[in-house]
Amino acid sequence: MARPVQYNINQKPLETPVGLVKGPEGVSGEGFFATKLSDVVGLARKNSIWPLPFATSCCGIEFMALMASHYDLARFGSERVSFSPRQCDLLMVMGTIAKKMAPVVKHVYLQMAEPRWVLAMGACASSGGIFDSYSVLQGIDQIIPVDVYVPGCPPRPEAVLDGFMKVQDLVGKESLRRRNSEQYKDLMNSYGIE
Amino acid sequence: MALTNDIIKQQLIGKFGQDVSDWNESFGMLTFTSKKDLNLKVLQFLFDDPSLQFRFLTDLCGVHYPARKGEEIAVVYHLHNLVDNVRLRYKVFTAAENPEIYSATALYASANWMERETYDFFGIHFIGHPNLKRILNADEMDYFPMLKQYPLEERSRVDKDDEMFGRD
Repeated sequence: MARPVQYNINQKPLETPVGLVKGPEGVSGEGFFATKLSDVVGLARKNSIWPLPFATSCCGIEFMALMASHYDLARFGSERVSFSPRQCDLLMVMGTIAKKMAPVVKHVYLQMAEPRWVLAMGACASSGGIFDSYSVLQGIDQIIPVDVYVPGCPPRPEAVLDGFMKVQDLVGKESLRRRNSEQYKDLMNSYGIE
Repeated sequence: MALTNDIIKQQLIGKFGQDVSDWNESFGMLTFTSKKDLNLKVLQFLFDDPSLQFRFLTDLCGVHYPARKGEEIAVVYHLHNLVDNVRLRYKVFTAAENPEIYSATALYASANWMERETYDFFGIHFIGHPNLKRILNADEMDYFPMLKQYPLEERSRVDKDDEMFGRD
């Protein structure tokens, strides 16, 4: 006979009813709604980011906790994590990247299709972490451009969700011409990526 | 009769005489050393002799002792007798300028990757090794990191504050 449950036995009412995403601002009328294309595209993209979990070490375990039911990442739209870079939007680098692994990370990044974002999770991916050593790459921003850094060793799943929401902000507000702009091209050239 | 450290010592001295030396027993494990040219002969003897039968190479690693001039780099073999559950440590030393040791790959297959690791970190050339190249570090690395003259930290960082890291 199972022990009686001690926790979570009182029903808590929902604070807000499960809702839909807030739509963009625009001019609406009888049968039409006019808004900026970048707003609509950003809204669609940011609520369906498909991450690629590049999990190397301990942060990968925290990511597993993140994807599990308690801290559910799927409710942000990333129900489908893809392990193929061709099909993903967000490269989440989680864990220590050794110098021997660096060309692999770069190759995975190069295989991603635009628009692509990178989230560096944890201290090791952001800056080498506690491993200030001859064999560890001191931060993945030495080889690929990073959009959001999530500090922590490992960061709590809530911290990663916070970082993920910042990525969502970036995705939602991105201009449609950003990937063709001179500034972006210069950024890519500084990393040696065409 | 159980295999004790005294029996091992007697057998080794009986076969090699003064060539094996520096007898030491730390935490119950017998340690000895010999000239590096004899390493294969000693290992073979420890393998073949029916009373010794050290047939398992637990570990093969390198150590850098910069204070020992003339024989700075040591290669340490940890052997194990699986039948009597007795362990043995065997060290050979070589100079730092051109470190060369005969490879134990012919006797122990596990020595293959362990010698590659030792080469990768200390630069010891194992004579007779079938595939001596770097195994853990990046292939483009041009130095041997575990030698004491090289710093442990990453050398390209420019943002480390000298005050925070007192010894930088």
